[in-house]
Amino acid sequence: MIPGGADHPLLEVRGVTKRFPGVLALDGVNLTVKAGEVVGLVGENGAGKSTLMNLLGGVHQPDAGSIVIDGRPVEIRSARASIALGIGFIHQELTVLDNLDAPGNILLGREPVRGGPLRLLDRAAMLSAAREPLARLGIAASPGVPLRDLSLAQRQMVEIAKVLSRHARLIIMDEPTSRLTPAETDRLLAVVRDLKAQGAGVILISHRLGEVGACADRVVVLRDGRNAGELARQEISHDRMVRLMVGRELARAPARAALPERAPALEVRGLVVRARPQCAVSFEVAAGEILGLAGLVGAGRSELAQALFGIDPPLAGDILVDGRPVAVRFPRDAIAAGIALVPEDRHTAGLVVEMTVRENLTLACLGQFTRIGLIRAKPEKDFARGRCAALAIRTPSVEAPVQSLSGGNQQKVAVGKWLSPPPRVLILDEPTRGVDVGAKAEIYSLMRDLVEGGVGILMISSDMEEVLGVSDRVAVMHEGRLAGVLGRDAFGEEAVMRLAVGSAG
Amino acid sequence: MSRKELALALLLAVLCAATAALNPRFLGVDNLQNMARLTGLFGIFSIGLGAAIITGGIDLSVGSLFALQGVLLAMALREWNWGWAVAVAAALAGPAALGWLHGWLVVRMRLQPFIVTLCGLLVYRGAARFLANDETKGFGSGNFGPLRALAAGDVLGVPMSFVLLLAVAAVTGVLLNRSVYGRWLLATGRNEEAARYSGVPTARVIMGAYVVSGALAGVSGILIAFYTNSISPASHGNFYELYGIAAAVLGGCTLRGGEGSVTGIVIGTAILQVLQNLVNLLGIPSSLNFAVMGAVILLGVLADELVGRWRPGGGGGRPNST
Repeated sequence: MIPGGADHPLLEVRGVTKRFPGVLALDGVNLTVKAGEVVGLVGENGAGKSTLMNLLGGVHQPDAGSIVIDGRPVEIRSARASIALGIGFIHQELTVLDNLDAPGNILLGREPVRGGPLRLLDRAAMLSAAREPLARLGIAASPGVPLRDLSLAQRQMVEIAKVLSRHARLIIMDEPTSRLTPAETDRLLAVVRDLKAQGAGVILISHRLGEVGACADRVVVLRDGRNAGELARQEISHDRMVRLMVGRELARAPARAALPERAPALEVRGLVVRARPQCAVSFEVAAGEILGLAGLVGAGRSELAQALFGIDPPLAGDILVDGRPVAVRFPRDAIAAGIALVPEDRHTAGLVVEMTVRENLTLACLGQFTRIGLIRAKPEKDFARGRCAALAIRTPSVEAPVQSLSGGNQQKVAVGKWLSPPPRVLILDEPTRGVDVGAKAEIYSLMRDLVEGGVGILMISSDMEEVLGVSDRVAVMHEGRLAGVLGRDAFGEEAVMRLAVGSAG
Repeated sequence: MSRKELALALLLAVLCAATAALNPRFLGVDNLQNMARLTGLFGIFSIGLGAAIITGGIDLSVGSLFALQGVLLAMALREWNWGWAVAVAAALAGPAALGWLHGWLVVRMRLQPFIVTLCGLLVYRGAARFLANDETKGFGSGNFGPLRALAAGDVLGVPMSFVLLLAVAAVTGVLLNRSVYGRWLLATGRNEEAARYSGVPTARVIMGAYVVSGALAGVSGILIAFYTNSISPASHGNFYELYGIAAAVLGGCTLRGGEGSVTGIVIGTAILQVLQNLVNLLGIPSSLNFAVMGAVILLGVLADELVGRWRPGGGGGRPNST
């Protein structure tokens, strides 16, 4: 570690607090980065990493606490201000434009121009300006080659070069390796070490604890918006990180009576999803069971749900409902077989939010209300009213557009559209995201009613309390594969996290 | 009627009253009949265009389609001596099949509707001119079964084409507002992904809309051909797709998709016809025809947008009834 000496550290975040409506995202968080130091920042989904980075990037301002750079307190009011302070971001999703070449991307927005009224681009100046940051990363400028013709890793290098060309001294990498191959990852980590040797400070955010352990000088762990602990170089280990990430002893939800042996409602055998053709997944959901599906963001859980529902049909494998094989090519095949999906994103996929509560509740089952192909208004309306009453959907009328409802009530509509008749298998993807506490409890009790009626529920959730509190068993995915299935006796946040981060290390 | 449809009806009434006040000839039987006839001819294919627009797409090909269909129909009846029933069946099936092709290209090949139908516009016009050898084709004075009467005749003083429009509007209105297909069409236009997640066969729904657009263009096209009685392949139907789009937009369809009403489209068509008539009757130079129409549509859409901003969430364009 290169000591900051008598000088100030590059970055000091002191007691920063940030509150959003209903959530305390950060609560007195501290973070220090010295020049020539790589700090690993880890935590579960929702631990506050993104919020902290948004404060440094000028997206949000802290409610309390201060950010100090080179010993001077600063206010970062915009992305521009953040760049001016020498902070550079490498985002998980690349922000380079793939129709421009590397120099065009690196100098985007501050292109050198020749004099004259037309402000023509000065290609020669662009090339020479781009050459230096690219050379630091050991790659060629390849002028004229649009980025779409480069590999993902090369594009990422261009993104880093863009940050370097702005004289960034503090480089923040958010899950930089999530889409890279192992070889490309090694190369990126080598670049991180180079940056460190050249005196830059690096914050490395990653779910892959192995690579954090491999190159961080120090690891800062966040949990529930607070500092959970810090590990110095020699203390860093996979298990210690996991323990700090998980921390609290979770109060066990009251164990449900042992389930009688039931036939599986859903059997999945060797299912291969288009997004990850090299992984096959097999599991079962019993009738009357809630199987929680845990994993980190990007582990492939939603893709699995979409394959089961025919949104992106599986490439291979068998799906059996109540023991009968079903060929799922379109959502209507899945629906006919008794599989329903409440997708993660209500606004783009779960609901047509501009349409009314009635129209949304009946969209998936219009056939029930027709005579000679025409929808009978009264039975449809009665049905919608009945659903609203049964699910306690609070809406001024069934004719109100769904977008005028609260998040919790919208979600109840998104679930309620699948309940007549109840499906055999209900897949819920993040069923309580963005839902207030009261509606959350109502959705849980609705789920319990359904399983008591013999429905099998597959619940994808990134909320650990929800996964452990609601599920009968928990399956954990890691990078497209099923890393393990835990029965109630093996439940524990640590056990889940260990599987979710891939406990190879 | 929804508020938007009422506002449109009011606009139509004001335009009629103003024109009538300035020139009483507006209320003459011949003038009214003529306007009703043209509204009928234009309204039928405008409803079809509305279906394509509700999916979030467009159909630019109808004007050229009229030329191609008209030329072929005239040649079939006059030069090849087909029976009128056979010729009409072909004149209806052809446009519907081309509509299906447009839909197939949009859905299966994932091409943009604007481009697909723009190519249709170019290809059909070229084909019409080539097949007709760039000569004007016509029907002469023959009646060809009921065809001439349908295009130019009246029932109890009401032009047949207007009666036909009302019938088409009644059927499509019921389909849009009360059938499963109509609900699926509106849902798909609003949010195709959410519709797919609800099990709606969105590909078939979109293809269906283009078939409807082609088929109704086929119906209109036959009537228009007999109304003009002679088809000059280079100019027949020029800009008609734009009249249709204008009527649909004025009638409450948004090009984003998911919104539209049959009643609105019919009133929108009528407004456009009254505007043209107004230009003629008030002695406005007819060269200003398009400018007047464009200005009124712009003002109408602007007014709707501004009213929509005042009433949050109240775009108003929900189809309630026909």
